[in-house]
This record gives sequence, structure tokens and C-alpha cells, in this order.
Amino acid sequence: MPFEYLDDIATADVAFHAWGESLEETFKAAAEATMNVMVGDLSTIDEVDHRSIRVEADAVDMLLFELLQELIYYKDAEKLLLRIDGLKIEQSNGLYTLTADARGEELDPGKHDLVVDVKAVTLHRFAVEETPGGWRATVILDI
Amino acid sequence: MCHECEGANRGSAADSGIPPRSGYSGTGLWTSLPGAGIDESYRIIESTPCGGSAAKVEESGMAVVASIKDFNRISDTIWEIPVTYKEGMRVPARIFATEKLLQEMDEGVIEQVTNVATLPGIVKYSYCMPDGHWGYGFPIGGVAAMDVRDGVISPGGIGFDVNCGMRLVLTNLSYGEVKPHLRDLVDRLFARVPAGVGSSGFVKISQDEFRRAVELGSRWCLENGYGWKEDLERTEEMGCIPGADSSKISKKAVERGFKQIGTLGSGNHYLEIQVLKPENIYDEKLARAFGLTVPDQVVVMFHCGSRGFGHQVATDYLQLFLKVMEKKYGIRILDRELACAPFHSPEGQDYFAAMKCAINMSFANRQVILHRVREVFSEVFHKDPSDLGLRQVYDVAHNTAKIETHVVDGQKRQLLVHRKGATRAFGPGAEELPEIYRKTGQPVILGGSMETGSYLLAGVETGAQTFFSTAHGSGRTMSRRQAKKMFQGKKLQQDMEGRGIYVRTVSYAGLAEEAGPAYKDIDNVVKATELAGISRRVARFAPVGNVKG
Repeated sequence: MPFEYLDDIATADVAFHAWGESLEETFKAAAEATMNVMVGDLSTIDEVDHRSIRVEADAVDMLLFELLQELIYYKDAEKLLLRIDGLKIEQSNGLYTLTADARGEELDPGKHDLVVDVKAVTLHRFAVEETPGGWRATVILDI
Repeated sequence: MCHECEGANRGSAADSGIPPRSGYSGTGLWTSLPGAGIDESYRIIESTPCGGSAAKVEESGMAVVASIKDFNRISDTIWEIPVTYKEGMRVPARIFATEKLLQEMDEGVIEQVTNVATLPGIVKYSYCMPDGHWGYGFPIGGVAAMDVRDGVISPGGIGFDVNCGMRLVLTNLSYGEVKPHLRDLVDRLFARVPAGVGSSGFVKISQDEFRRAVELGSRWCLENGYGWKEDLERTEEMGCIPGADSSKISKKAVERGFKQIGTLGSGNHYLEIQVLKPENIYDEKLARAFGLTVPDQVVVMFHCGSRGFGHQVATDYLQLFLKVMEKKYGIRILDRELACAPFHSPEGQDYFAAMKCAINMSFANRQVILHRVREVFSEVFHKDPSDLGLRQVYDVAHNTAKIETHVVDGQKRQLLVHRKGATRAFGPGAEELPEIYRKTGQPVILGGSMETGSYLLAGVETGAQTFFSTAHGSGRTMSRRQAKKMFQGKKLQQDMEGRGIYVRTVSYAGLAEEAGPAYKDIDNVVKATELAGISRRVARFAPVGNVKG
């Protein structure tokens, strides 16, 4: 998977790098990394339910912040474990807009290998950076 | 000045502030020490003849710290980093720890405790408690008091899990009486107090009623039959901090939290049955005053917070503060997680009122869990909870900002005290304490790892040096991933059972993350708080049953 958890940062929480050739790939990888903290095996999440996601931000990193917060919101508010597909990012007049299909199902401790809850996306060292090969996100999640 | 803000869109790798792998062993403070965390360079601290220190940028970019002598050693347990360490520091930073604990602290503590020292309105020092470790924004164990007139309020100084805290409940049962029923008790508690990812509780209320509940906290619970009147005075703020205003919370926050009253959550949250062995009483008089009177007495301790509701309140206002902080108020910070607003600004006051709702949600959450604990013990022992002596000792908050009056340089001042992963610990005589604890000092509950043990402490008069704050737990030293690599959840559960600790969990991987060796030695942390004169030991409890969140 195009993400890697980082052992040496923020001892009690979870830090990761996610990357991709495009912003869309990077954001998808970051979404997978976030969900994988909560669910040990993402392949156990069946596509039973669907939510359309649309978030906006005036900076590309805050757009990622908004996307990851949406996943955390659905986990609490509707108990939905969601995976992202069909992610599109557009920029117009300094405003970034992200749309995506989120598919998944209600969490079930008997079926899903649940690990630990993600409380929030922190902004400590939070970054979305352009690299020679594409993009890389650095995220620390509050556990 | 503020790369993390300005270069957020397309910063260089160095802008992320992450030290190069080659220069960082991750084993402790002294191997590498990044500077401000905002620059591509790192700093070293150099000793000066007068005992002060000065920071300088090392051109190679490598981080090296020579030795412990580079800190100002104020005493055996107080270590000071002077304002010269980092541009923008308004006050020195002070770490309360033994030399050993200081050496075990990770590098993030230094970065963060000195970042906090740059916040407007900070008074005296930016503190870190002996269990301090790398958090986000503030270090975990961070304490900072802001002048209410010209200081700021920052969600990063409180944490997402607002009023994450501990509650300690007595029984009049000995371990001998409980042992035959231990599995039954833990199994029933596991069923009655939901834990784990996205769990919801038995309290079914509308979103409107939830808004009422978060304004009233434990008082709402009493109205609904989930508590005793005496529980209130045995809770910080009487279980209901005044000024909570639910018109300041978002719909999203309510949607995340309104089904979660009475749930543990996960991570380091837990509910434990513990035993007090006679040899683990350090202060008999105080132990008696706190209700510890039965040989091998069984107690119940639990740790949890404001769940998704509190997490969303913090997230909402973090985003709002980022928008207004610099543009409207001209405040620049070193870490976006320290986003803040002047306390008296409309945004600051709105957050304060919303954050108080999260404080009350957490009190209500722990109050309902106490109700479930009473139900379970009553069912198992076929007695009324009052006949089983199921009285609360106290409920303490870890992640809060509260207005308190403290004496600063001989003058009484109103301060907004941020405590993140730190416990308020008022000494004897404090007006804020209920009559029952005014002579003893405040009970302070310190949760250790699930394998080692936990403590009851008391606040002391000399705690004034940290605005009456002390440690909150043992503090992690190992990342979650490292712990999962080293320990296997199922085997850990069996090993613990062999040692007389019966554990139930919804997640074996989550259990492995909480293994004892992932934490500092709580005995050392507690001794450090006593040596430093910020709290004193009363008793140590050993775990025998655990519901792991």
C-alpha cells in the first residue's frame, strides 16, 4: 500500500506518510491509512452502503484534513466504515473542491478486525508536499 | 517564522518538521533534538558559565545534544529551558522529572514545551509533568496558565478528548470476597460498558436532549436516575462546569456523540477492578480519609473522555481559530495545532462555552458508567449498591482549560489554566474543594498501564509551583506499532490471566498496543511528583480485572 506508519513520531498516537503520483492517489492512500488504523484488514469492509463526499478548502492540505475528518465523522455518527473511490479534486478561484464516492458498511466487531479508534486528525506536522515523484502527505492521528 | 502555516500547501520536506531518519534514533531526548520544529535547521543547546543556556543553529543540520548539563538544573526534579532556546519564547519552559525520566522523554517534548512558551499571555513557565511525552500542540503532560486579560485559549492545549479523565470508586469488599466472582464481574462489565471503535451506549436520547445533557453534565445523569447526590461533590466542578452553552456546538458534534454516553472508547481507555494490598498504603491517615479502610480492599477505576462529541468540538474550533488567528488577531504560532484566539475574543469565548459542553459530556459519560458499575456489582452480590459501599472517591479531568485564581509573585491573579494530559491537584485548604476534602487536599487518580498498577495521590500546598498540577498517568514510551510488533494480544491476555489479571477486550491488536512495557514505570513517575512537591502518594492499586477499551 502507498502508505507507511511512522514509529518515531508522537508516541501515543499514530503518524503516517501516504503518497502517490497524483494528489488524488495520495489522498486515497491517506484515507486508507486512516481507516487501517481502526480496521486491521480493510478487505473485510464490504460495499453495502454508499455516501457521496464533497468537501472544500482554501488550501490543498486542509482539503485532506476535511476528507479524513469526514471518514471519522461517519464512523461515529453512522457507525459506517468507508473506503474512498472515484476521488476528484478541482481548483477554482483559490478554492479546492473534493468529491468522492465512499463505500462501505456498518462496523461489526464480529466481522471487522477492529483495532483502535481514531479521535481526530491533528495539525501537528500535518503536510501535503510535492515530491519529485508526485505528492506525499504527513499525518498524525489522535488516538 | 511560521513555515507550518505559510508553506502548508506545497512545502518542502523540511517544512514538515520531521527530522531526517539518519539523524534520529528515536530512543530518547539526548540522542537528537530538533530545534523549533519550524525550520530546516536543528539546534543544539550550549551551556554558559552562568548556568544559562543558549540555542544556536548547527549548520550541518544534524541534531545533537551534548548532555543533561545543558539544561538549567533548578533542583533534582526541575529542569529549565531558558527563553534564549527559541525565538519567540515569552517564558522559560520547566520540565518536572527525575534525571532518569527526563532522559527517557522523547524529543517532541522539548519541541512542544518550548512552542507553548511562545503563546501570548503565558504566565511564569510552560510546564511538562513527569509523565510527559510527545503529543500534538502541547506535549502530553503540558500545563500552561494564560492571563485572562491578554492571554489566548488553544484547543491544542486541551486536546481533542476534552476532559478525558479518571474516576475511582470504592467497594467495602475484600479481594477474598470478590475473587470467586471476578470473571462474572468483568464479563458483565464488558457487556454493560461498551468499548472499542465507534461504540454506542444504552442511553437513548434525542439530539435535543443530548444538548441539554452536555449543559448539565452529571446533574443531567442524576435527573435521570444515573447517580447519587454525593457523586456530584466528589467530581471536579461538581460534575457540571458552569457556562456550557450548547448553542456554540455544531450539529456534527452532536451527531457524533449523542449515542455515546456510557461508553469507554478505545486506545488507553479502560475500566479496572483493582486491589489495595496493605503494604501499598503510603499514607494511612489520608487513605482512611479517602475511604480506604478494608484490608485487601477492592476498588473500581476507569479512564475515558468526551468521545466523538468532544473530538468534534475541538476539531471545529481548531479550524475556526486557524482562519481568524493571524488575519484578525495577528497571532503567529510555531505549530498549527497550537491554533488559538484571544481568550476574550468572540471566537475564544465561543470555544470556551463549547469546550465546557465537552467537559460536561465527559462527566456525564463517567457518571453513567459508574451507574452501570453499581448495577453489575449489585446483580453479582445480590445487594444494594449502597450496602456494597460503591461510593465514588473522586473524578478528575485531564484535558481541560479552566479559570482559576492563583498567586503569582505575591499577587492573586485570574488565570486560564490549560492542562493537557495533566491533573489538577489542589492542596489542603483550597476553596474549590468540597468540604470532605478541604483538609486532605484533592484526591488525584493516576492510571498506570493495565499490567502494572495505578495510584491514588493527594494535592499538596507546594503544588502552587505548577499552578497545582501534577502527572496524569505513566506516560507512553513505545509507539503503538512497536508494541504490536513486540506483543501478541491473545498471548498477552493469557499471560496476564496467569498473573491473576482477567482481561476482556474487543480488540487483541488494541490490547497488544497497551502492554505494560509500552509505558514508563509508574512508580518512578509518582515518586518524581512527590520529590518535586506537586503531589503525594496515598495508595497503590494492583489490577485484577480489566475491560480494555
